[in-house]
Amino acid sequence: MRELKLMKGNEAIAEAAIRYGVDGYFGYPITPQSEVMETLMAMRPWETTGMVVLQAESEVASINMLYGGAGSGKRVMTSSSSPGISLMQEGISYIAGAELPCVIVNVVRGGPGLGTIQPSQSDYFQAVKGGGHGDYKLIVLAPSSVQEMVDFVGLAFDLAFKYRNPAMILSDGVIGQMMEKVEFDEYKPRWTREEIIAKNPWAATGKPPTRERNIITSLHLQAVDQEKQNIKLQAKYKEIQEKEVRYETYLCDDAEYLIVAFGSSARISKKSVEIAREKGIKVGLLRPITLFPFPYKEIGAYTDQVKGILTVEMNAGQMVEDVRLAVEGKVKVEHYGRMGGMISSPDEVENALEELIIGG
Amino acid sequence: MKEEIIIAGFGGQGVLSMGKILAYSGVMQGMEVSWMPSYGPEMRGGTANVTVILSDEPISSPILHEFDTAIILNQQSMDKFEKAVKPGGTLIYDGNGITHHPSRKDINIYRVDATAEAVKMRSVKTFNMIVLGAYLKLKNIVDMENVLKGLKKSLPERHHHLIPMNEKAILRGGEIIQEISVVE
Amino acid sequence: MIDIKDIVKPENLVFKKSRVLTDNPMHYCPGCSHGVVHNLIAEIIEEMDIQDNVIGVAPVGCSVLAYNYIDIDWHEAAHGRAPALATGIKRLMPEKFVFTYQGDGDLAAIGTAETIHACNRGENITIVFINNGIYGMTGGQMAPTTLEGMVASTCPSGREHARDGYPIKITELLAQLPGTCYVTRQAVHTAGSVRKTKKALRKAFENQTRNRGTSIVEVVSTCNSGWKMSPVKANDWMVENMFPFYPLGDLKDE
Repeated sequence: MRELKLMKGNEAIAEAAIRYGVDGYFGYPITPQSEVMETLMAMRPWETTGMVVLQAESEVASINMLYGGAGSGKRVMTSSSSPGISLMQEGISYIAGAELPCVIVNVVRGGPGLGTIQPSQSDYFQAVKGGGHGDYKLIVLAPSSVQEMVDFVGLAFDLAFKYRNPAMILSDGVIGQMMEKVEFDEYKPRWTREEIIAKNPWAATGKPPTRERNIITSLHLQAVDQEKQNIKLQAKYKEIQEKEVRYETYLCDDAEYLIVAFGSSARISKKSVEIAREKGIKVGLLRPITLFPFPYKEIGAYTDQVKGILTVEMNAGQMVEDVRLAVEGKVKVEHYGRMGGMISSPDEVENALEELIIGG
Repeated sequence: MKEEIIIAGFGGQGVLSMGKILAYSGVMQGMEVSWMPSYGPEMRGGTANVTVILSDEPISSPILHEFDTAIILNQQSMDKFEKAVKPGGTLIYDGNGITHHPSRKDINIYRVDATAEAVKMRSVKTFNMIVLGAYLKLKNIVDMENVLKGLKKSLPERHHHLIPMNEKAILRGGEIIQEISVVE
Repeated sequence: MIDIKDIVKPENLVFKKSRVLTDNPMHYCPGCSHGVVHNLIAEIIEEMDIQDNVIGVAPVGCSVLAYNYIDIDWHEAAHGRAPALATGIKRLMPEKFVFTYQGDGDLAAIGTAETIHACNRGENITIVFINNGIYGMTGGQMAPTTLEGMVASTCPSGREHARDGYPIKITELLAQLPGTCYVTRQAVHTAGSVRKTKKALRKAFENQTRNRGTSIVEVVSTCNSGWKMSPVKANDWMVENMFPFYPLGDLKDE
């Protein structure tokens, strides 16, 4: 039987990590996500599952501890918020280049710079389009409930190991700080040494005489070798794009208009859809769950059905660019969003739909 | 059934924990719930508020700009949230420190002098439970049995000996709530 | 006439390359200290019989390709981050021997925070620190350990503290931290010094079985290409100029 609790998103992600058999967490405190490490430290998983929890001296250090830990073939994760994730970009690029699986949680706050500690979605570009140097992609999951904070820990690790690619859970201050009902699965045991070696033959676990040495690296000094690696990475990203798109629709079957929103904006927009439907406006909601891979095809399929699309994001308009790519100019696409930690109300979103899409 | 509530007051008044106990009571009753706090430096002595939603259906937006019920515990929160109550909705406030009393005619207004009562009961810390008791008396959304379960779930085990005192405070809140004005 | 077959016999063997060294030709310049230290590490791994139980963390710098030469599992770090990687590896696999191999720019400039905090936590790892007072890989720029007055491509008239700051004695600094258990400074310019360095490295590796904290072996080294000297002259220059400022010997042994 699954266990039912009332928890903050940040607390839930910590407990989910322990229950999923994660081997190590390395982090540095930053609002609004410090509860992740606080919860882990309070739960003392090193005494139960054997999970390692360590407070690093900086986000630069924590992402590199993750890099080291991931190279050992174990399940490792970190969490931070926007300025901390910026500091991690170097390490993320190396991890992507070395093709290591790991999970990075970003509980996004408003920026740029030190910004605000209030919720935002202004790290969409950073998460989806790169962030660090070089041609790479993260698998990006956008939870819109505390339950999904829990469920996506497992999903993110599964995808990360399936594709040997870092995965990011792109959350925000709303989902991190909000409490909701959550159900947990039973505790899963951590992988044994033998399982790790069998599942991850590439891991640097100590070289037995029976195999060549394993080298975890993103260095390819010869351009021709680097290009080979780039081609391999791109093929992987293409496969992920083809196989791993996840999204959810709400009242889209008869929709004449569409709202596209992810994460907490999708929650707010769902209410806006309800308000609009009460007024007789036939609007539906499409919520991308994976931001990379983005549901281009799935949104594109609505171009014959809907008269206009509104994207709702807590930023200046970032995902809207991907929605425009998806519809290839066939349908009008507008963006509505508040910035800097301000959160749109469901009414504001509904008004924006009427003004920018229906009336506009 | 869906009830959208804002609880607002000073940081340190137990606003967030009161919301949490209410939300946990909802969970115990098998409802969908959400609890969304204001967070950050405000938590330390400034104003604090939390939005709690209890519903039979899955909850869409956890962030709202108008509410079925506002529970208001200081003047700043009164200034901010009296106007956020839906017409026909409910406002419950503690009169302590309130200089501008609520004046809307299109909402139901109740007063619970929980601060004064907590002093009388010699347990200042159960102030928020008196307020919660008043609310629960008014809005019969969750059963007392589930409130006690919620209380037990929200409190760390080392504080479980305080449950009887909290229960007393909840019941007392129900007794001392006063109707100020009610929409016809 | 003596035939070659008469010479190549087990009883005539005076030196044998460690089997833990690969057959890849090293890219290091003639006279460089890296090759000697690589060889020592390989010998120690062979002698301790830990080849299947050791993980190296390579830096960014001339020894970025160290993983081509020592036949063990390796992890290539970002510039300066090796102690953080080693922390992650060792915390998750405490039964493994984990070492970092870092140059002065890597350890004492860009990675200062990672170095100090790994040592301050007393991570149970070995840090091998090659200090040649210059950035060799990128072409001879000023390093944190470049001596005052010493010429480098970014201080062509010599390091001036008013502009460039002072050379940093990072090893002395690390010895102050309660997290370190063994801190020593050695060199590899003579047969005797190579033997001493090997002993120091062996102790630094063995310390990991005692779980007493971080062990650091600094090797004061030459970079004859970067210094623009012949290997022999570079050795003399090191003895005359580097050793007075970076004196050899144990700084801490607990």
